[in-house]
Amino acid sequence: MSTTSDQESAPAKVRVPVIPGTAWTNPLRDARDRRLPRVAGPSGLVIFGVTGDLSRKKLMPAVYDLANRGLLPPGFSLVGFARRDWEDQDFAQEVHDAVREHARTPFREEVWQQLAEGMRFIPGDFDDDTAFKQLREAVEELDSSRGTGGNFAFYLSVPPKFFPKVVRQLKKHGLANAPEGSWRRAVIEKPFGHDLASARELNAVVHDVFDPDQVFRIDHYLGKETVQNILALRFANQMYEPIWNRSYVDHVQITMAEDIGIGGRAGYYDGIGAARDVIQNHLLQLMALTAMEEPIAFDAEALLTEKLKVLKSVRLPEDLGGHTVRGQYAGGWQGGEKVIGYLQEDGIDPRSKTDTYAAVKLEIDNRRWAGVPFYLRTGKRLGRRVTEIAVVFQRAPHSPFDSTATEELGQNAIVIRVQPDEGMTVRFGSKVPGTSMEIRDVTMDFAYGESFTESSPEAYERLILDVLLGDANLFPRHQEVEESWKILDPIEEYWATHGRPAQYASGSWGPEEADEMLARDGRSWRRP
Amino acid sequence: MKIDLTDTTASKINKALVQGRRAIGTPAVGMVLTMVIVTDEENAYDSVKAAEDASREHPSRTLVVIKRHARTPRDRTRSRLDAEVRVGSEAGTGETVILRTFGEVSEHADSVVLPLLLPDAPVVVWWPVDAPENPAKDPLGALAQRRITDMYAVEHPLDTLETRVRSYAPGDTDLAWTRLTPWRSMLAAALDQARTKIISAAVESEAENPSAELLARWLEVRLRVPVQRVVTPGPVVTAVRLGTDNGEILIDRPEGPLATLTLPGQPPRTLALKVRATSELIAEELRRLDADEMYAIALRGDGIKENS
Repeated sequence: MSTTSDQESAPAKVRVPVIPGTAWTNPLRDARDRRLPRVAGPSGLVIFGVTGDLSRKKLMPAVYDLANRGLLPPGFSLVGFARRDWEDQDFAQEVHDAVREHARTPFREEVWQQLAEGMRFIPGDFDDDTAFKQLREAVEELDSSRGTGGNFAFYLSVPPKFFPKVVRQLKKHGLANAPEGSWRRAVIEKPFGHDLASARELNAVVHDVFDPDQVFRIDHYLGKETVQNILALRFANQMYEPIWNRSYVDHVQITMAEDIGIGGRAGYYDGIGAARDVIQNHLLQLMALTAMEEPIAFDAEALLTEKLKVLKSVRLPEDLGGHTVRGQYAGGWQGGEKVIGYLQEDGIDPRSKTDTYAAVKLEIDNRRWAGVPFYLRTGKRLGRRVTEIAVVFQRAPHSPFDSTATEELGQNAIVIRVQPDEGMTVRFGSKVPGTSMEIRDVTMDFAYGESFTESSPEAYERLILDVLLGDANLFPRHQEVEESWKILDPIEEYWATHGRPAQYASGSWGPEEADEMLARDGRSWRRP
Repeated sequence: MKIDLTDTTASKINKALVQGRRAIGTPAVGMVLTMVIVTDEENAYDSVKAAEDASREHPSRTLVVIKRHARTPRDRTRSRLDAEVRVGSEAGTGETVILRTFGEVSEHADSVVLPLLLPDAPVVVWWPVDAPENPAKDPLGALAQRRITDMYAVEHPLDTLETRVRSYAPGDTDLAWTRLTPWRSMLAAALDQARTKIISAAVESEAENPSAELLARWLEVRLRVPVQRVVTPGPVVTAVRLGTDNGEILIDRPEGPLATLTLPGQPPRTLALKVRATSELIAEELRRLDADEMYAIALRGDGIKENS
């Protein structure tokens, strides 16, 4: 009996690229047919700033990898827009080189040919009306020659100061208006402003042209398998959720460390700093996913509701000076290499107060988390490149073993490793073999690379496919962006008026002040 | 590393597996399933290679059961089990045990396999050749959630197809069906684009091709139109035509990895539609281990018979 009811209810969940307003369903698709991949419907992707680093290293390879895995529709088209004197074939050559160098899957000539047929290039400036007229003609030409059906996503891989100009041009030339029965979407990358006011301004500009539901903000962390797995871990299993609360959890540490300096990004980075660059988006999103209540469904709206609840219940420490820390990396030795300090980097004002390290303590005022601190930290030129979420549990309330037996026993912890070496570690105490009772920490490990080798797609592959499918689960909405700024703005304001960033040696795990910040609460940072 | 065991038992093999894992320093394993390959000596090498390639995506313990046929009557009465245990770099990302059975134990291969299955993990049985008439009733097949046969490896594929229809049990699957996934995916995508009612259909292929027959049956069930079978020189499936009121949807793959897609009122465009290697087919099979209902429907070729 149960199978028949499954069959009856299953077709409702099928993911057919349904176009609103029409009742046509594809008879060849069926929810029970799970071999057929989630192929995007007829569509095209227009990339602005196609000559940039992100586009070459991530976007174009991701498009190719999707095509190689058979997830793009037959007539998929890629339009590049940049200030280069290129023909279509020059652009195709550029994409070819980028794919050869950076794609995850092996290069196959037949896939390339299928993709190359749909490539167009529009040379021009963002001010240039003729270029946008050409773009419009190209889009219309692709609709008729490739069957893209009027469905286009515009990927703005350009500095945010150009966003207003580009979206206005799209509006002016009628590119943002979807013809009946099709869609037009905008994809934007961080930073989404540098404080609440600028974020609102940016949202207003974009929403003036595109419907808020059709604006996809890329936070590539959310495209990572482990991050999506946080929800699977918490809500598909029975054994974690009962202890996922203030009765058992002592505190949570969320870390994103980079071993590189600012590289050539001085112009972008100075004045922005680590907190705005990383905490505002990535770390607060990770915190929201770790702390949120169970969504009523795994869809964009339900996820937004729950994440917003968490972000809105965040409470900042009263004493911002005692519970936030910022730092700047000083010169030193990192991993056997001599590196210079932040203030000595090219293009940085030697009196700059920009933070390259930031640590904050946040609390979430709700029944589940009251009194459980969330420590968020990020920094450049730290020990190694790592991103992880550590949920640290309280000690057992009573131990029948005497204190010498448990001397080496730490707190239990569940660590979700976001990158690299995606996976999860559970740390707990175990008896050391021998005649005496001695308990020591051991770890149990789940590694993606071990149980599901090679099947993890790049974050951008997943996110681009989701944009084309119109699936907004993994994209932060403008409300979340604004709430995140509300959390960070008071901290930034405090920092602007109080003192200077502490200096920390490159290759270390941050300034001493950060250790003191946790010591004040009787805790210490994990070494990731 | 490789450990050879002659005239052995399952418990000795288990010991050798633990010993092998200790020796290479990875006592904890993340294997997700047990793959049992039942084959003869001739096909063993290629099948094991395909399974080991597939294990890069699905780390697994591979048990290869090879039934040996003794030449003399005296050898035939003597029952013996030989095993070759491979762990580490010799065995892809998992572990491989090659079991050679002689004499009477060949009839009871399931007694050797059962103690070697991974605890709690799903079991998949694959017969690269000589699949039993009724896979689910076979002693080894009965241990598995998923039973993979291959109609490309039989003398009369269309007769075998009818046998498969009769013996179908949830969990059965065939590589002739797996080979169709790219075709079916492209046909579905083409229809997404054409968005119109189909009034006729034809599948073109070499003679007696089981994939083509399954594809035709699938189209018949889903589109509710009779599907014409057209014989061409091949190789395998060469084209699918779907008739609409405004013209024809055609996916044409005369040879090589490039196909042409033609939609009514649009210029033709190329598609990548490659004939895939066995390891890729196996990797696809292992992605989902629950019953493939759509295969059952396509196999029977008729939605009404489905309930009988």
